[in-house]
Amino acid sequence: MKGLITIKKYFPLFVLPTLAAFAAFFIVPFIMGIYLSFNKFTTVSNAEWVGFGNYIKAFSNNDFLRALGFTALFTVVSVITVNLFAFLLALALTGAVRGKNIFRTIFFMPNLIGGIVLGYIWNLIINGVLANFGVDISYSAKYGFWGLVVLTNWQLIGYMMVIYIAGLQNIPRDLHEAAEIDGSNRFQTLGNVTIPMLMPSITICTFLTLTNSFKLFDQNLALTAGAPARKTAMLALDIYNTFYGRAGWQGVGQAKAVIFFLIVALIAFAQLKLTGSREVES
Amino acid sequence: MNIPQKKRLNTLLFVVLIVLAALFLFPILIVLLNSFKTKFSIMGSPFKLPTKETFAGFENYVSGVKSAGIAAAFGRSLFITVLSVLVLALLTSMTAWYLVRVKSAISTILYNTFLFSMIVPFQMVMYTMTYVVTKLKFNNPVGIIFVYLGFGAGLSVFMLSGFVKSIPLELEEAAEIDGCNPVQKFFMIVLPILKPTAITVTILNAMWIWNDYLLPYLILGTGNKTLPVAIQIAMQGAYGAVNWGGFMAMLVLAILPIIVFYLFCQRYIIEGVIAGAVKG
Repeated sequence: MKGLITIKKYFPLFVLPTLAAFAAFFIVPFIMGIYLSFNKFTTVSNAEWVGFGNYIKAFSNNDFLRALGFTALFTVVSVITVNLFAFLLALALTGAVRGKNIFRTIFFMPNLIGGIVLGYIWNLIINGVLANFGVDISYSAKYGFWGLVVLTNWQLIGYMMVIYIAGLQNIPRDLHEAAEIDGSNRFQTLGNVTIPMLMPSITICTFLTLTNSFKLFDQNLALTAGAPARKTAMLALDIYNTFYGRAGWQGVGQAKAVIFFLIVALIAFAQLKLTGSREVES
Repeated sequence: MNIPQKKRLNTLLFVVLIVLAALFLFPILIVLLNSFKTKFSIMGSPFKLPTKETFAGFENYVSGVKSAGIAAAFGRSLFITVLSVLVLALLTSMTAWYLVRVKSAISTILYNTFLFSMIVPFQMVMYTMTYVVTKLKFNNPVGIIFVYLGFGAGLSVFMLSGFVKSIPLELEEAAEIDGCNPVQKFFMIVLPILKPTAITVTILNAMWIWNDYLLPYLILGTGNKTLPVAIQIAMQGAYGAVNWGGFMAMLVLAILPIIVFYLFCQRYIIEGVIAGAVKG
């Protein structure tokens, strides 16, 4: 087709503006970031090659290891609780209950609020409760941990619920009817028909909660800012603190960021494999 | 299960849902409530209703807005969000169409690089990106629009290309026979068809940019605060001397527009969430 050849000439108009911004603000910083993780620097211009020195420092850094552990535990707890509650709400709202749309609207609402604001809303509420016991959220890392779990649940349940509802509505009605005729009870139908048919939604929601919880930053900064004594600092916040809170450690911050990126990439790759193989099956 | 039993179960479920809905709304209502209380009656007792002594009327809104430059931050956030989503929608639509229609090695490499950018966490590039932005002097409220173009390109190009692939080529060929050049063809034929997906992409981008904190904080700093940055500074920069009343009013001002926006375009937002989830 002749048209395609003429389209090709329009590269400067159609692609170049987006590409220029993408290259300048993403590709170049990404490559610089990889390079700088092997350097010691305080500004980008005085970089000095140190090999794997930053990576060794990162892994022998207690803050980093603690943040990694805290983030992993938080992510596991959030993924389980958010998905369980979201799934149950979706089941409830696809039944014959009244006022479905209003409920859906309300449950989804917290998701629209930004992370910083979310953090301060829960800071106010949790401190308001803890004030009865004469302490506040910075008293124990446990308070910060469960505070973040509650906050994340409040934020993400409605979002995941919407995806589960869409998934449930896609299950053909006759499958349920067939199960009923075969004499299976509600729980058998749930386990043998609904959940297997819902696997694509379950995979999507699991990975969305996984990456969202793992990369959490704004909420962490506003709710606890790492208190007490950096014990509730998650990975993203620890990286931020290393970059901007500790002079001469920018290289280590960048090395931590590369490790962080590799973990997130691994999760994304696992998701791609899982959803890819399922598509082949069906 | 017989009919009365089923009915009773549904009533029980309805009651449980009402309680849950109240729990979900509770945090937002607490902030709203406290924004009308005097500043010393908030911290420590946020659940108490205002009394004659602790009722502040709209005083917090006046003091909060005045003290922290919130009005300017609000305007700046609105300016950056609106222009960024418009620039993103237009330019990434054009890019997505080109990359789908022109099959070449460069198109494939570019498309995959856009996809790749979606999985890179912000912390990976935040330091070097800030450096580049400052060097290129894009560290101002107009420049940041192009930074958002760069960062938002991945998801936007991805979602829009998915839709371009479903546009039948015959439509475009017909336009060509009628003598349209590629630019006319894109703006008169392709863009109108892309509109629903472009709206979805725009809503997802708007929610992200309006609420974004770290990127504007690093690029614009405290001199050109956006709303989330202003809120964070009002809290962290005050060193204990926080005006809690004004702060509550700020939180309400940050939440209110997005809730109103949600109530008006709920259908698009929910569709956007589902589309974004399936793709992302």
